[in-house]
Amino acid sequence: MNLKAQLRRTERRRKLEAVALVAPLFVFLAVFFLAPIGLMLVRSVDNSELPSVMPDTASALRAWDGAGLPPEDVFAAFARELAAGQRDRSLSGVAKRLTYEIPNMRSVLFATARGLPDAPDGTWRQTLAARNPAWSEPETWAVMRRAAAPVTPYYLLAAVDREIDASGSVVRVSADRAIYVDIFARTFWIAAVVTVWCLALGYPLAYKLASLPPRVSNLLMILVLLPFWTSILVRTGAWVVLLQREGPINETLQWIGLIGEPVQLVYNRVGVYVAMVHILLPFMVLPLYSVMRGISPAYVRAATSLGATPFTAFRRVYLPQTIPGIGAGCLLVFILGVGYYITPALVGGAGDQMVSYFVAFFTNQTINWGMAAALGSVLLLATLLLYWVYARLVGVDRMRMG
Amino acid sequence: MRPILNLPPHATPAQRAWHVGLWAITILVLGFLVLPILVIVPLSFSSGSFLNFPLPGLSLRWYQELLGSERWLSSLRNSVVVACAATLFATILGTLAALGLQRASFPGRSLLLALVISPMVVPLVIVAVGVYFFYAPLGLTGSLVGLTLAHTALAVPFVVITVSATLQGFDTNLSRAAASLGADPATAFFRITLPIILPGVVSGALFAFVTSFDEVVVALFLTGPQERTLPRQMFDGIRENISPVIAAAATLLIVLSILLMTVMEVLRRRGERLRGIR
Repeated sequence: MNLKAQLRRTERRRKLEAVALVAPLFVFLAVFFLAPIGLMLVRSVDNSELPSVMPDTASALRAWDGAGLPPEDVFAAFARELAAGQRDRSLSGVAKRLTYEIPNMRSVLFATARGLPDAPDGTWRQTLAARNPAWSEPETWAVMRRAAAPVTPYYLLAAVDREIDASGSVVRVSADRAIYVDIFARTFWIAAVVTVWCLALGYPLAYKLASLPPRVSNLLMILVLLPFWTSILVRTGAWVVLLQREGPINETLQWIGLIGEPVQLVYNRVGVYVAMVHILLPFMVLPLYSVMRGISPAYVRAATSLGATPFTAFRRVYLPQTIPGIGAGCLLVFILGVGYYITPALVGGAGDQMVSYFVAFFTNQTINWGMAAALGSVLLLATLLLYWVYARLVGVDRMRMG
Repeated sequence: MRPILNLPPHATPAQRAWHVGLWAITILVLGFLVLPILVIVPLSFSSGSFLNFPLPGLSLRWYQELLGSERWLSSLRNSVVVACAATLFATILGTLAALGLQRASFPGRSLLLALVISPMVVPLVIVAVGVYFFYAPLGLTGSLVGLTLAHTALAVPFVVITVSATLQGFDTNLSRAAASLGADPATAFFRITLPIILPGVVSGALFAFVTSFDEVVVALFLTGPQERTLPRQMFDGIRENISPVIAAAATLLIVLSILLMTVMEVLRRRGERLRGIR
């Protein structure tokens, strides 16, 4: 009994020790990795522009049932806070938010605010409608009401080309504004093509390397590891040089006589594929190689000795044993490929940019953080799904580098 | 050497074709992997201003320009500072965590492992945007401190993975023996465990260093003109006007990666030798 208790105590102490050793990293990642990503997820539904500048209008709008035009108290609160916002120059955030849904709202808002009288001429409803006809349209107020809610599905819906129409149901946006589904499709397509190429090039290479004597394969492995260790920017820059119009590849092709004049190989899809396959190929070769190294040649020999042709022996005996390596390599390459930014940004054209590019674009250039966060959230969701599949199939602790 | 090129005399033509074909593919793919990197080296010694062959002549002018430019030097300095700091933090945090993860099974262990590895798989742009939103109100954007913290998170998985791999081959009886001889846990760790797992820790640290030194996406979001890092400087160079200065910088980075690879190879050999002895 005493022994049992002691054993339990020791066991508990070991567990506590383990937790204490892991805790610093856990806390660090929770604060500097999870919290930022969580904040990004929150940003994708954040709708605080109007409520923060016009709190009374926001609460009045939330109390309204949304049918037709809002009651006079909404108009009154709005007129008062509009004038106040004009005075302290805090309207631009609200204007920006409304412009996402009604393109000319910025000018409507500022035109209405400029020189707004302190007292209404009749009711505020009449006064505002007289200053701009937009305020007598129910649709404007439907948008205002949506902008007054503390959270909004607007950005997440927009990220999948959906919007809420005047009647409040989710519909596809008009064809000329539907771009994001195409961008996601393009992103997955590019990652898939890159994965297939990496497998096609990586499988025979890993197979050959694994069948060589260790001394030779270690030597050749250096040629796989050198690019793996070389800066992505060095490799991307090298491809820009190689693929340019006067670059070595165009010159060689002309010299052979394959092409008459230089062809465009960079700043288009060809450049993206070539550079991405080059950068991600080691991530395919390394897991394949480590799996193939562990396969005993005796099985294939046994199959051939039992009368299988080399092809049958490969297909029925060798290939199935390499499935874990294929799965690990393909998932890894695909996961990394889906999130790529640098390489398409440097060697792709306007039509080759992936989701990451638009996340960066909305963050740094148009400062539409809601849209950046929404696209990022959808991309994150897709990646986590793939990671989950990877963890189920391969196991996270099997992820190895080199 | 026999199995490399020679086939048994009774090999059929199909077998011979397959054999030659496989070698051809292997060589082509290896060439595809390595040649693009090597092509950029001679271009950095060009005396002309364009990045194409044939070279008009040889000169070191682009290296002079690179090493004489305050822009490049300060970005190199920033990169080294951030990478060293991130490596230090990531190595300490990651090694401790790997020791803890190996020690005992506790509830949520696999979930924790997934969390620790996740910075490796979450798209960099998402980390960058999240960190940008998170740091902006804290005043950490436009500072090397912010970049260091972000890079530490990105580098930690590599340390945890490599150290965990080394720990799998570690005989825990050794630290138990130390404890039974009266060593306290810290002494046992520094005198017994650490020297044995050191190759794993060092290669984890090298991975961490490369991760930070090569990282550009987060740097693009977090750094202003004052805190430019080397990759960021290269990114701008490749995008705006790719010149032989970029080739010179690239060549120096290639030399660095060859150095790092050599260290890794030495460590791997040492690890194998140690395991061979035991």
